[in-house]
Amino acid sequence: MAVAATDRRDPAQLSPKDFKGNVDPDWCVGCGDFGVLRSLQKACAELGLRPHEILTVSGIGCSSNLPGYFNSYGMHTLHGRALAVATGAKLGNHELTVIATGGDGDGYGIGGNHFAHTARRNVDLTYLVMNNQIYGLTTGQISPTSRVGMKTKSTPFGSVEQPSNPLTTAIMNGATFVARGFAGDPKQLTELIKRAIQHEGFALIDVFSPCVTYNHDNDFPFFKERVKRLEDEGHDPSDWKAACEKAMVWGDTIYTGLFFETSETPTLHKLEPVLDEGGALGRRSLGLTREQGEQVIKRMM
Amino acid sequence: MSRDGFDLALSIGGAAGQGIATPGNILARIIVRRGLHFNAYNAYQSIIRGGHIFLTIRVSDRPVHTHGDKIDLLVCLNQDTMDRHLRVMGSGTRVVFNSDTIKADDAGDGVQLCPLPVSDLTENNRNKLIQNTVALGAMTSLLGLDFAVLEDGLTLALQRKGQAVVDENLGVARNGFEYARDRFEPFANAMPMGPKPLAVWSGNEALAMGGAAAGVKFYSAYPMSPATGVLHWMAKNGRELGIMVRQVEDEIAVANMTIGAAYTGCRAMCATSGGGFALMTEAIGSAAMMEIPAVFINVQRAGPSTGVPTKTEQGDLWQVLGASQGDFERFIVAPRNALDAFNTIPELFNLCEKYQCPGIVLSDLLISEGTFSVDPDDIDMGPKIDRGELITEPSTTNGYKRFLDTETGISPRALPGLEGYVHVVATDEQDEDGRLISDEFTNPHKRRQMVEKRARKFGQAVGLIAAPQLEGPPEADVTLIGFGSTWAPITEAIELLRQAGITANHLNVKWIVPLHAGVIVDILSRSKRTIVVENNYSGQFYRYLRSETGLDVDGHIRKFDGEPFMPHHIVDGVQEIIAGKTDRYVPVHELTV
Repeated sequence: MAVAATDRRDPAQLSPKDFKGNVDPDWCVGCGDFGVLRSLQKACAELGLRPHEILTVSGIGCSSNLPGYFNSYGMHTLHGRALAVATGAKLGNHELTVIATGGDGDGYGIGGNHFAHTARRNVDLTYLVMNNQIYGLTTGQISPTSRVGMKTKSTPFGSVEQPSNPLTTAIMNGATFVARGFAGDPKQLTELIKRAIQHEGFALIDVFSPCVTYNHDNDFPFFKERVKRLEDEGHDPSDWKAACEKAMVWGDTIYTGLFFETSETPTLHKLEPVLDEGGALGRRSLGLTREQGEQVIKRMM
Repeated sequence: MSRDGFDLALSIGGAAGQGIATPGNILARIIVRRGLHFNAYNAYQSIIRGGHIFLTIRVSDRPVHTHGDKIDLLVCLNQDTMDRHLRVMGSGTRVVFNSDTIKADDAGDGVQLCPLPVSDLTENNRNKLIQNTVALGAMTSLLGLDFAVLEDGLTLALQRKGQAVVDENLGVARNGFEYARDRFEPFANAMPMGPKPLAVWSGNEALAMGGAAAGVKFYSAYPMSPATGVLHWMAKNGRELGIMVRQVEDEIAVANMTIGAAYTGCRAMCATSGGGFALMTEAIGSAAMMEIPAVFINVQRAGPSTGVPTKTEQGDLWQVLGASQGDFERFIVAPRNALDAFNTIPELFNLCEKYQCPGIVLSDLLISEGTFSVDPDDIDMGPKIDRGELITEPSTTNGYKRFLDTETGISPRALPGLEGYVHVVATDEQDEDGRLISDEFTNPHKRRQMVEKRARKFGQAVGLIAAPQLEGPPEADVTLIGFGSTWAPITEAIELLRQAGITANHLNVKWIVPLHAGVIVDILSRSKRTIVVENNYSGQFYRYLRSETGLDVDGHIRKFDGEPFMPHHIVDGVQEIIAGKTDRYVPVHELTV
């Protein structure tokens, strides 16, 4: 959502530490998710957001534990359902900054249906996917983004399936902000998160967040050798075809950065007249007026 | 006519696409504008064109709870309808049909056939639906009404299509009316006038209106018969009433969005049928774990699986009892009719918000897709609203515990956006302050504490719901036991049994969970003979009753052919069971619909 700087406190008053949750992460030492959490904390502090104005919503998986480690309102929901819950919450209180987090299995596998439809609806939320190309919490099986040939406990002879491409999927389904970050580049990631939060509409950031325990194919060195920032390549994020081309590149070069952004599609809550006035639905008084009640009954006569 | 006063059932049969709904709606409007009561049941199939549709409207000067046991006036829009139903028509009935296309043979004694030469009466109008209007004219005459009554009804129904359409239909209707008036004897009792106009609704509309009255702000759905009517009402009225209405990708999304919206403070509701409910169940458990109040409606149809989408059943009781893994608190309520369904929704929201847990409504096709008259004065669009322990003022002190372990087990609830109450709710087990136990503190003492906290709050809930009451004479030969929609046919059956010299009373159980088991034991232990009446094969309600009360019963009347009970089915069953011929009676549905 758009953040008006004027009605915020001085950003200097809040530091990333203020967004530290009451529990320390139980991620493995060296996990990429630490970097994502730190970038999110930094981004929120720099945007001048306050914890009670933010709602983080996650599914299930290592990365979905993030709301517990982040100081804001949070919902740690069912496996794959973060976007559905987040959509309901955003429509219930569109004044909240809603940030959905999770992993590749949670978002692109079991939650794939909601991923496509949330993008299409252009719900105003930021979706941070910590993509480690593996199922970590279940001790190492292939995920929808695992490469062909990857050997895991569920594919001891190597995966034969093509991986899905979350970026082109998001673009094709109508997402209005599509980016990729890397946990090893916190500076770029923080900027991407800030832009995603400020973007009005569905903003996906697929983040390479290596699993140091179960994925030895796609580790930090693998990405460090390959990632190239799109901003250094003169990429135009308004060009969806170029965005798709860049997103399809996978080899010695893998791009990170903002692939695609458009402000031409209105976000869902702006299209629904019920929200035109009266503030957040969840804060409105309940019950109908006498006139509304009478009108309903009159139509039945 | 089985009772004193006016009591007449008319049926219109044809294929899907032959336009049965329009004359049905026109008749319904005419009936309620005259201040008469009606109960309409539409037997239909999952088909858009073809098949057999059979709409029965029972009209009375007193409230009618079922579509009754018999048909007084049959309107056949095709030969198939004639072939299926002429055989059940008895003496004194009328059968209206288009004699150009439909042949009648072997009518029973005393059946008055009313053939209409539709081509002549419509000057060879090529519109295939025009026969419906001719039939309406003839029906108006047979019901002893002035043509002006139909003129008003037709004009009201068709005026948005333009004056030319109105005029064409009025001309044709008048021809039908006059043709019938000159040739066919009307019913002895003309349709009377009631004291004041009534209103029309379906059970699904009643459920939706109950939500609106309760203050529902978020409604989402995936279309599924027979629950789709709730979505249609919400979609039509939502914007005007400040309700966010969304049709989404599947019932998993529906349930989870409902929970998301409810967490932000909306009263949020959704409706589906058994298949959709199956997809919702994991989310319902998550609402219990996160202590988020929300209402989930299951409008039952005949199952399992895709089952019989357009037919009724009470086969989802154990599905809702077992909905979602784990051991958790939820309300389950089965309203008895449309008005009860309307009143139940605000009451259920108050309970769910007080106890911060999910609530499940069990409706069925019979209630939800039935169309009924209702006294507008009985519809309270401003019911009591109680949001329970809801924190609304910001705080500067920290230390809020979302799941504070209180004496009552109820933890004051704060909504996101409120300063000073930041917390996380989780589908994992969690500590009082929302920390995840499973990941950080897998602690048996804390787990036990939280399980007991949630259970404790629900322990008081039974005191806030009405206990079931015995209806009818306390000293009766037989007690009929049912839940939900069987209230209506059982109630009528008791009157028919009285006429047959058998006294019966009735225990309808509305609140399934929590259950007033003690009250039920008290009532049934005084009964001379007990029979459970339910719309399923395996006796789901009987088995639940036995598991919760330890009581057995003397007999069972079960129906699972997709069609609802008609009162005489229950009468027959009671007589057979009392006579000792069987302890499990399954009626044959006489109508081939």
